[in-house]
Amino acid sequence: MTDERLLDLYRLMRRIRAFEDAAEIASQGGVAAWGLAASSKPALVRGPLHLSTGQEAVAAGVCISLQKEDLLTSTHRGHGHTLAKGANSSRMMCELFGRATGYNKGKGGSMHIADFSVGMLGANGVVAAGIPIATGAAHALKIRRQPHIVACFFGDGAANRGPFLEGLNWAQVYRLPVLFVCEDNRISATTPTDTMTAGEGVSARARALAIPSLKVDGNDVEAVDQAAARLIAEVRGGGGPRFLHAVTYRFKGHVSVDPGTYRNPEEVAAAKLAGPLRLAAGKLIARGVSQAVIERIDSEAQAEIEHALQVAEAAPWPEASAAYEDILNTGAGIWQ
Amino acid sequence: MSEKMTYAQAACLALQEAMRADPRVVALGEDLGRGGVFGQYRGLPQEFGPERIIDTPISEANIMGAAVGMALAGLRPVVEMRVIDFALCAMDEIVNQAAKNRYMFGGQGRVPLVARMPIGIWSASAAQHSQSLEAWFTHMPGLVVVTPATPQDNYGLLKASLASGDPVIYMEHKELWGLEGEVTAGKEVPLGQARRLAQGHDLTIVTWSRGVGVTLQALALPALAGIRADVIDLRTLWPWDKDAVYQSVAKTGRLLVVHEAVQASGFGAEIAASAAQETGCRVRRLGAPRIPVGYAQVLENEARLTPEKIAGAVHALLAQLH
Repeated sequence: MTDERLLDLYRLMRRIRAFEDAAEIASQGGVAAWGLAASSKPALVRGPLHLSTGQEAVAAGVCISLQKEDLLTSTHRGHGHTLAKGANSSRMMCELFGRATGYNKGKGGSMHIADFSVGMLGANGVVAAGIPIATGAAHALKIRRQPHIVACFFGDGAANRGPFLEGLNWAQVYRLPVLFVCEDNRISATTPTDTMTAGEGVSARARALAIPSLKVDGNDVEAVDQAAARLIAEVRGGGGPRFLHAVTYRFKGHVSVDPGTYRNPEEVAAAKLAGPLRLAAGKLIARGVSQAVIERIDSEAQAEIEHALQVAEAAPWPEASAAYEDILNTGAGIWQ
Repeated sequence: MSEKMTYAQAACLALQEAMRADPRVVALGEDLGRGGVFGQYRGLPQEFGPERIIDTPISEANIMGAAVGMALAGLRPVVEMRVIDFALCAMDEIVNQAAKNRYMFGGQGRVPLVARMPIGIWSASAAQHSQSLEAWFTHMPGLVVVTPATPQDNYGLLKASLASGDPVIYMEHKELWGLEGEVTAGKEVPLGQARRLAQGHDLTIVTWSRGVGVTLQALALPALAGIRADVIDLRTLWPWDKDAVYQSVAKTGRLLVVHEAVQASGFGAEIAASAAQETGCRVRRLGAPRIPVGYAQVLENEARLTPEKIAGAVHALLAQLH
């Protein structure tokens, strides 16, 4: 891998981290730390905020090999996937703030973040629900003879739901252009996944359906990139579905208000030391990239997200009448 | 020019025309490769091939979910759920995904799909193949609900549903598949517009699907001789034709809603309450008792809508004081 590509991956991961750190502060009743509102103000990001802190290498390492026209479905933890697919951080933050200028006009929030203009078909509030949708989108691409593919992100918990099995079987039966990515943070909401998953785990389930799979260290962005690039090339080449199993770690609780006390603090501390940003920065230094270059990337990411916060706080709220729009055309506005 | 055909053939003709006109229209579901379990896709696999008439695994959640993905990626899928009872295996995909997509993502995506899910008692098929669950779907923002009662309407409403651009829950009735009638190709039947079948001043009867035929049989019974009813086939349950219902009850002052579904919390309650609130009319509902449909004939009959039950409900309404 070239230094340039690793720098790109690091930059992307740093932008994701900065975005989520800022969103977390904004969800806690203000963004004082960012020099904006006083912390006595009500939370600027309302409701559940599912952070992917610590998992950035999977989003970055997969999406760097995707093209704009490729499609993507995500989980309830979708900020990283959305940024990595090419969404604009300010419009994303506007959506988290519930503003009319957000990607979803304030109707979706964090859990439904999406940017269809870059093929990001949405985060989803239901575990495993994106899998059949990704499968159908891949089926449509095949029927329409479009040369694109679909990347389908889901977590380890999703592998215990029926749509996982149904979607994988379907994709393999019709040889569809879809890359399944299990972003395995090893915990299903607040319960260790291995305590409730029979057999050898998710890759084994893919292999049982004869879907070729690779398992990688999901904290090592180079490893994710290399494996994903190979699998994506195979999918693009018409080989049918592929499965990437990336083992990573979630630094935070299930949602931003969850302190994650059910986890061993030593395990969390160790995971943070081995986190994807530290790992990538260490590799860059070892290759002779200067600390100054890395710090510049960090401060650029910080500046981008501070700008996003300013844009979002100044952005207008939706009109109440917008609550009645985007439902149906058939009888819309008459039958509410 | 019209042609005599069955309710199943009429839908098949509508789909064939839509598929010829628009390469984005595809159909997917179990056993479609052999023309559908009721023959409602007969001939289409031969004409359009397995790429557009897609024979799927027994995988209802993925059939519905894939249709959502297909719609988002530019197709106009027709989903076959076989019987509405099996659609319960795909409720997340219908309620949380298809119905919510456009709203939740601020209009970025559209889900133009038609999900065919046959309702109604299918004789001797018992509790898991005989339900009428229209109220579940009329309750859900984001869905259109359509219930054709005749071959002509099954042709015209399916065409309109395919053209609507919204997620449409399209409910054919299992015991209407063989019903014959004249069908004029090209004749449009707009969504949201009821059809008046008879005119009268004594009461208004609102019904749909198989309830239409049973109501007409009831009005021919000696027990109802001399009683003149306005009979309205709603055809579309969401959006439903409030104007047609309100105008009629403004004239008759009495409303009877007749449906095959369980009466408790049925869609009849919505019509009755809305009409009473709007016009002050007297209302009565006739639906099934709150029992699963039984296998033995005597048990099944308890759940079945009959002309005699309708006649009884008409007399009860006419005798009802304010």
